[in-house]
Amino acid sequence: MFVIMNMVLIGLFTLSTLYPFIYIASLSMSTGFEARAGNVILTPVGFTLEAYKQVLSEPLFWSSYMNTFIYTIGGTIMSLLFIIPGAYALSKPQLYGRRFWNLVVAFTMWFNAGLIPFFLNMRDLGLLDSYLGIIIGFAVNGFNIILLRNFFEGIPQSFEEAARMDGANEFQVLWKVYMPLSKPAIATVALFCIVSRWNGFFWAMVLLQDEEKIPLQVYLRKVIVELSDDEEFATSLLTAAYSVETVTAAIIVCSIIPILLIYPFLQKYFSKGILLGGVKE
Amino acid sequence: MSNDPNFTGAGGPTTEELVFDAKEAQRRRKPSTMQRVGDHMKREWQLYVMLVPTILWLVIFLYKPMYGLQIAFKDYSIFRGVANSPWIGLEHFQTLFGNDQFIRALRNTIIISFYGLIFGFPMPILLALMFNEILKQTFKKTAQTIVYLPHFVSSVIIAGIVITAFSPSAGIVNTFLGALGVDPIYFLTKPEWFRPIFVGTGIWQEAGFQSIVYLAAIAGVSPTLYESAVVDGASRWQMMWKITLPSILPTIIIMLIIRIGNMLEVSFEMIILLYQPATYETADVVNTFIYRQGIQGGQYDLAAAAGLFNAVVAFVLVMTANAISKRYSRTSLW
Repeated sequence: MFVIMNMVLIGLFTLSTLYPFIYIASLSMSTGFEARAGNVILTPVGFTLEAYKQVLSEPLFWSSYMNTFIYTIGGTIMSLLFIIPGAYALSKPQLYGRRFWNLVVAFTMWFNAGLIPFFLNMRDLGLLDSYLGIIIGFAVNGFNIILLRNFFEGIPQSFEEAARMDGANEFQVLWKVYMPLSKPAIATVALFCIVSRWNGFFWAMVLLQDEEKIPLQVYLRKVIVELSDDEEFATSLLTAAYSVETVTAAIIVCSIIPILLIYPFLQKYFSKGILLGGVKE
Repeated sequence: MSNDPNFTGAGGPTTEELVFDAKEAQRRRKPSTMQRVGDHMKREWQLYVMLVPTILWLVIFLYKPMYGLQIAFKDYSIFRGVANSPWIGLEHFQTLFGNDQFIRALRNTIIISFYGLIFGFPMPILLALMFNEILKQTFKKTAQTIVYLPHFVSSVIIAGIVITAFSPSAGIVNTFLGALGVDPIYFLTKPEWFRPIFVGTGIWQEAGFQSIVYLAAIAGVSPTLYESAVVDGASRWQMMWKITLPSILPTIIIMLIIRIGNMLEVSFEMIILLYQPATYETADVVNTFIYRQGIQGGQYDLAAAAGLFNAVVAFVLVMTANAISKRYSRTSLW
């Protein structure tokens, strides 16, 4: 009895998690008329792909999609280039001032200057409205450094001794000994970066004015917030094959697909990562 | 927001260091500090080459803005810059605490966090306990895969789903209400609906993922406890209450402390996406206030003052939470 009740409750919670996604997918494939009338509940009504045609014919959709790839790939590579060597150096006991450098890193997790000074600093650095600003300005975060540093510290000294005997320098030890042994930790950090890059919208919205540079999330926000407020536009589409709702739903589906594709990896490494580095709130 | 009370313990001299120092002392009778540092740098310069970019990045992108925080005490003008703007003392703080909008934002931040705590905190614990009771592995795996998913979906998409689902004309929520004979409600323009929708969305998005921590704690409970309970004829319900829950209590308490430490961290990105002037009354939090006054309104100094206030309170909360959780449990999560 208890076991069955429990399964029913978990099942209900799971369905309530899944349902909004199904609803959005169905909405995106329904006609605008049925969507506006509120007739879509579970499956597409008056099946049509007009909303997708509309979305895919919009040049801004494609350019923002492209930009998101640039920011995600460029930003993740940039993050790893900073984080991996930094974390390695911090994991070495012979480093002078190690305590101090660790404090320099950790303090940034406890105290944050806030939105305005960060924004003014980006402006003073000339990084407004630039690809470089987005890619480099968010490359490092203390949590990822400490996660990786802890992992490096856990690797026994004996592993690197053979390499040192062969005359390997620090860079070679990192590359040939530590990197292969740390694949799960590095994958976790890389996935943290990929997801936060793919999903990030606030700073892209604040720092980028030029429409040609905005990422997908900012474009999506423009469509959702601006169109849903625009009653005139909404009613003008009332009888058309697509509506604000179906177009919004179609963009949501398009932007969620890449996350679903890497989801198996995400699930595998994130649960590891969350336990490796503690809990990220 | 993250923190690491363990890290302070990591910097002391290790055995290798001591052995190394002893060898060093043997080789040269009395090496001067300069010589020692010089030798060290000659041998270990590569480590510093690796460290410098990271530290430089932190200085340029995170520490320099901390220097820029002084505009909270200045009459900042873009043309004069941070350093040359005149000091005005606490004027901005006086303005803020006389400003109804700021006070409202402060109150909303606390109320929304509090709701999030009361309704959001028990949910992942409950889920973890329930997942643990499921014996069918395929069912469990499938359910977990689904409930973790929303965590990885961007706030813009979640907001898009919420806006669509609660829309007055086409939204599924109003469709259901209509079937019950209720007139359509334009939820997102109603101040009284904002907090339930926002907090509910947060729980829907994160509860599943947050249960991972508790599931890990449950996995660490010794099986012998359950075995002897089975021998004593305990039911699954009894074992859940008498064994599982008390065993994960330390984790629950630490998570609670961390959560309270991060009280001011309301996900303002989501609020920016969901609120509108009609709902500012209940929805506007400190960070959205800063965003509107500063970045949209150009009142950088006043907004920076609000940000500084926020950051200092958050810092004190996090540090206190750290200290308490450290004292509470030696096997700290961090």
